[in-house]
Amino acid sequence: MSDRCETLARKIDERFGEQVRRVPSSCGELTYELDKDDLIEIATALRNEADFGFEMLMDVCGIDYLNYGGDEWTTNTATGSGFSRGVERKPVILDEADEFDPRRFAVVYHLLSLHHNFRLRLRIYTGSNNPPKVKSVVDIWNGANWFEREVFDLFGILFEGHPDLRRILTDYGFIGHPFRKDFPLIGNVEVSYDADEGRVVYKPVSIEPRILVPRVIRDDNRYSADLKDASDG
Amino acid sequence: MAEIQSYTMNFGPQHPAAHGVLRLVLELEGETIQKADPHVGLLHRATEKLAESKPFNQSIGYMDRLDYVSMMCNEHGYVLAIEKLLGVEVPERAQYIRVMFDEITRILNHLMWLGAHGLDIGAMTMFLYCFREREDLMDLYEAVSGTRMHATYYRPGGVYRDLPEAMPKYKESKFRSKKELDRMNEARDGSLLDFVEAFTDKFPGCVDEYETLLTDNRIWKQRTVNIGVVSPERAMQLGFSGPMLRGSGVEWDLRKKQPYEVYDRMDFDIPVGVNGDCYDRYLVRVEELRQSNRIIKQCVDWLRENPGPVMIDDSKISPPNRVEMKDDMESLIHHFKLFTEGYCVPAGESYAAIEHPKGEFGVYIVSDGANKPYRVKIRAPGFAHISAMAEMVEGHMLADVVAVIGTQDIVFGEVDR
Repeated sequence: MSDRCETLARKIDERFGEQVRRVPSSCGELTYELDKDDLIEIATALRNEADFGFEMLMDVCGIDYLNYGGDEWTTNTATGSGFSRGVERKPVILDEADEFDPRRFAVVYHLLSLHHNFRLRLRIYTGSNNPPKVKSVVDIWNGANWFEREVFDLFGILFEGHPDLRRILTDYGFIGHPFRKDFPLIGNVEVSYDADEGRVVYKPVSIEPRILVPRVIRDDNRYSADLKDASDG
Repeated sequence: MAEIQSYTMNFGPQHPAAHGVLRLVLELEGETIQKADPHVGLLHRATEKLAESKPFNQSIGYMDRLDYVSMMCNEHGYVLAIEKLLGVEVPERAQYIRVMFDEITRILNHLMWLGAHGLDIGAMTMFLYCFREREDLMDLYEAVSGTRMHATYYRPGGVYRDLPEAMPKYKESKFRSKKELDRMNEARDGSLLDFVEAFTDKFPGCVDEYETLLTDNRIWKQRTVNIGVVSPERAMQLGFSGPMLRGSGVEWDLRKKQPYEVYDRMDFDIPVGVNGDCYDRYLVRVEELRQSNRIIKQCVDWLRENPGPVMIDDSKISPPNRVEMKDDMESLIHHFKLFTEGYCVPAGESYAAIEHPKGEFGVYIVSDGANKPYRVKIRAPGFAHISAMAEMVEGHMLADVVAVIGTQDIVFGEVDR
């Protein structure tokens, strides 16, 4: 498998050169990062050229890298009052910023070639403009239609050239993009039946957000690079 | 005479043939469909976001609830993705158990599909027949995991526990006679494997029964032949997978092409359709029932001969056994850490795809080295299939919408996630 992976990687490097950057992977998967302006050109080539033949787009996935690598709970030193319970009600931030960190939002495409039995992952960053915007691949793989609608709905990433960019998973009239990292897990509104008004009403959410198990990143020696080299040698 | 205009009709979200909560807005000209606009998301539970807020192991239970008729296959995709990131190798016995239960799940799923699809387009008896066999398989789920549906049986590093030595039995009750009770418990005297074997022996006969009712049935053929035809090129273009892709004549099965676990040691065939219509997809799925049965048989034979561990021996990932914890401090610490904090997964990303009964079920995990995943994306086969629904029903009659929903094997747990 890895041999064939390398063959494909060599072909891609030869064909696209500087346009694509390979991302190292520990589990033998092939990932390339590319510029969002090159997406359509490269995607078309990957589908049409016999060397690649990626006739299927399996998945389109949005990622928000806002607090990548961050902890929720510092565990090295305890504070005077002990550890917090992780209950914190931060004010809701609706993303009004003019600019984002250019590496905040990414769109990941999973391609599959039935003919060569290859898989390939492409990643593009959406750049700094708000709202984030990338080109749609619906014309290349028609199956991308709903996947892109989903990314738009959950992350607010716009797809230029998409025929029908509507919300898909969230409620009719929903505000915000729930899978962004600054959107609270418990949401902003709750619904209940109001007997006086005789209809279902929306109210600000009444429960407290709470972290049951804090997110921690531990230094695990088993995965550290220097130790791995030592044991291999 | 007044001209008849096309009109718009709402179908669902509460309609017995909508397989859950599908809302379709149909534009009709007479009874012919001009345009269909499926609205999904009524069952959206943000599984992926919930998974981001929990340690890896705590989300396995959510996976069961995605496609709630093929529970263990969902778990399989998820634990495979984690194992890929951790770089661990699962014990052989656990791999065989997983393959066996994947195939049991496939039968469960296809039986549910066959029964519901039959019921939708007028074959009521099918539903009763299929649920009879499903009951035995549900009992298997219960015997290994304690629950009939949401098992949480697969864990990163193996499966939760080994197959039980005895199969649970029906108890005496004033509602059934002694004779009846003995008949029901007949296959349950031995171990779980004996019960599975007894099932595999009788199951091909059951499939024959289903086929007698449907395969040459005139009404069944009228409702399915040439309905919802998808060409192979179109199926690939639309991101189809599983029986939907094979029904169109594309020979693609991850169990053969990108084998995971021990599928490369199994002897089975991939059925492929010719015309890409509802009838061919029916034939493909029915043949898959027989092939799954073959795989289960091979697993049973191997599992009888080869006892062994079913979980990796790595206390950083799998909990220590209960007895050790009583007098071993180290085990107690491991246990405490695992159940309060979980384990940290090295930074990186992985995509694990399995041949789910409905198609390619993929789980993409991005980890930043924490004890919770940074991002989990579930690639549900049904999502790609239902997005092509508008195209498949265009020009068909209203009644065929039901046949197309049925043939796509839609379950909203996984479409909406």
